[in-house]
Amino acid sequence: MALLQIAEPEAASGPREPRRAVGIDLGTTNSLVATVCDGVPRALPDEEGRVLLPSIVRYLPGGGVQVGYEAQAHQGDDPKNTIASVKRLMGRGLKDVARSGNAPYDFVDAPGMVQLRTVAGVKSPVEVSAEILRVLRLRAERALGGPLAGAVVTVPAYFDDAQRQATRDAARLAGLEVLRLLNEPTAAAVAYGLENAAEGVYAVFDLGGGTFDFSVLRLARGVFEVLATAGDAALGGDDFDLRIARWALAQAGLGEPAAKDARRLVLAARAAKERLAQQDETPLVCELADGRRLERVLSRATFERLTADLVDRTLAPVARALRDAGLSPADVKGVVMVGGATRMRHVQRAVAEFFGRAPLNDLDPDQVVALGAAMQANVLAGNRPAGEDWLLLDVIPLSLGIETMGGLVERIIPRNSAIPTARAQEFTTFKDGQTAMSIHVVQGERELVADCRSLARFELRGIPPMPAGAARVRVTFQVDADGLLSVSAREKSSGVEASVAVKPSYGLTESDIERMLRDSVEHAREDAQARALAEARVEGERLAAAVRAAIAADGALLAADERAELERLLAHLDAALPGADTAAIRRAADALNRASEPFAARRMDAAVRRALAGRSLADLDV
Amino acid sequence: MSNHFELFGLAPKYALDAEALERAWRAVQASVHPDRYAAAGAAERRAALAWSARANEAYRMLKDPVERARHLLELAGVDPRFETDTAMPEAFLERQLELREALAEARAARDAARLAQLREEVLAAARAREAAIAERIDVARDYAGAAALVRELQFLRRLAQEIDDAHAPE
Repeated sequence: MALLQIAEPEAASGPREPRRAVGIDLGTTNSLVATVCDGVPRALPDEEGRVLLPSIVRYLPGGGVQVGYEAQAHQGDDPKNTIASVKRLMGRGLKDVARSGNAPYDFVDAPGMVQLRTVAGVKSPVEVSAEILRVLRLRAERALGGPLAGAVVTVPAYFDDAQRQATRDAARLAGLEVLRLLNEPTAAAVAYGLENAAEGVYAVFDLGGGTFDFSVLRLARGVFEVLATAGDAALGGDDFDLRIARWALAQAGLGEPAAKDARRLVLAARAAKERLAQQDETPLVCELADGRRLERVLSRATFERLTADLVDRTLAPVARALRDAGLSPADVKGVVMVGGATRMRHVQRAVAEFFGRAPLNDLDPDQVVALGAAMQANVLAGNRPAGEDWLLLDVIPLSLGIETMGGLVERIIPRNSAIPTARAQEFTTFKDGQTAMSIHVVQGERELVADCRSLARFELRGIPPMPAGAARVRVTFQVDADGLLSVSAREKSSGVEASVAVKPSYGLTESDIERMLRDSVEHAREDAQARALAEARVEGERLAAAVRAAIAADGALLAADERAELERLLAHLDAALPGADTAAIRRAADALNRASEPFAARRMDAAVRRALAGRSLADLDV
Repeated sequence: MSNHFELFGLAPKYALDAEALERAWRAVQASVHPDRYAAAGAAERRAALAWSARANEAYRMLKDPVERARHLLELAGVDPRFETDTAMPEAFLERQLELREALAEARAARDAARLAQLREEVLAAARAREAAIAERIDVARDYAGAAALVRELQFLRRLAQEIDDAHAPE
């Protein structure tokens, strides 16, 4: 049953236009965009009524770009310029990509993230993903009748910092205001939990085209709490297709195929795999480029034998997440199946055997993530009144640490810690008179630095010369609600402070983003300045409304002079908003933001005091 | 230094009511989580992020039996000297060596039943330390005595972690 929104009779704020917010599932194979209309989440179709957009981008000579079905049609004849499964390349270096070794593209080694050489020039996976997101943004803007206030974009829960940062950059490049990066299994749990009013411990088993996630959540009265998550960021339906393709080549006695044949064969393999969800055996037919025809019959039994180890590989993360949550399979009330690859019979069977109960398949595995993201976007945009919204408490999937002597990892934030989180740790110098310190941040579960993913390296300079062990360097790790890390460090002995903020090495710089925006095709058509002005206005209006609401609610926390200063800066912003000077609007908004900081902190303290006071009273009632 | 118990309105003691802690944590997050301020100005978003992160970190430390003890010792002004004082009773160290040998053997033999049994043994020893720490801190106020037990507990918890990792080779 769908949830209907019913307004409170005495709602003080009165009726107002809901803000246009969407949820986007940026998938390995398909992507889609959804929104909440009159309280009901629904996916938005293209002009031909199709909801799914194949995550395929084709670059044309002369700078044109095709996205989706149009590009898909040319996968077989233009494989090097037709990029599929780009999600697998996000935040990945050439080494990682070479290891999986099956994509037909011309890879270009680049610091941090691999790039692709196409007929339209060298493209980063971030740019390719941005093309997909841009099509979805335009689709949503057309359906909703105006620019979007923001989007929730989903990522695999097991994505590391590099992959999350890349996804966020892609959304920015596509002109989207990202309200939140939301973990895919968490989005699915929101959709399932609200639809079924589920309470208790549930698990989400999400096997997509290229990624596998497993999350355990506790669902209770308006709170979705992730207890633990685990997965494999390089395991998905694609791997099953490849197994079939290799089998077919071996059967036909063919060697390594040319790029065009490889892609055609994989497509034929995928179609055969999908048919095997319904049939016991199916023909696998593929026209090769030289006119030969490859024809075989694949039985489900053979398919399951070829891919049994891939199914087994999903169960290790399942066991680990349960152990991290301190639970056994019997504690789980239901396992929600998400992702097209969960349609495979042996995947269903393995999950049923492991948990001793039939998995839950009542939601469309292709759409549930986008629908959950749309529901969350609706809440974040403030379209649901307080009391009718809910809270998501998510975790960090992989431990964060730094390199210590001997190439070992010192864990700073353990996996499955609730986010956002911040943790400070103190370090000291190794030698007398040492004035600089090198800090290497890594992510992963292994003891050796070499086995973890390197996130950032930075040097802290200007430490006053002191005997070994006397300096006090405080390094602070902060993970925000998107699961993104920032690190800062400072030396605090002898009153000298040095501090540095870290932007991870794989992330795009501001100038990269600007260059890509200039390069993008759409940008030539759009008036960039008009867009910047519109954005500054929206942001400024939002800020003014938020500060006014804060003063109305908690004005008692302000001294008379503080209040007068805020009113003055509000008036200043109001005066700038109707003008055409983008920089002036931004300056006025910044000034108001800075001045309202102490007020914001006091309001937060007061909110916590109220929450705890309310809790004590509630506890007395029990 | 900040008092994590105060943040959740709880009395500072080792034998903590886990459910009361969880209720308080949820109540605090319900009012400060950044999702609650997604439509607010930048100043409020920053304040929410800082508060929410602080509450999560405090929650994590209070839930962890070693970190909770360490925090109580620090609040009492006792330096637990975890990093420098590695002196341990001989009997404890001998038992640890035995357990580690048993773990290495079970791991080499891929003996899941033996691993599960070792895990239970180590966790039982850890639970016994936790009960003793609660008595030392909450009742006897013997912080130095508690610190020695906490160091043992830390040893046992690390061993339990290694057993878990042996279960699931990456």
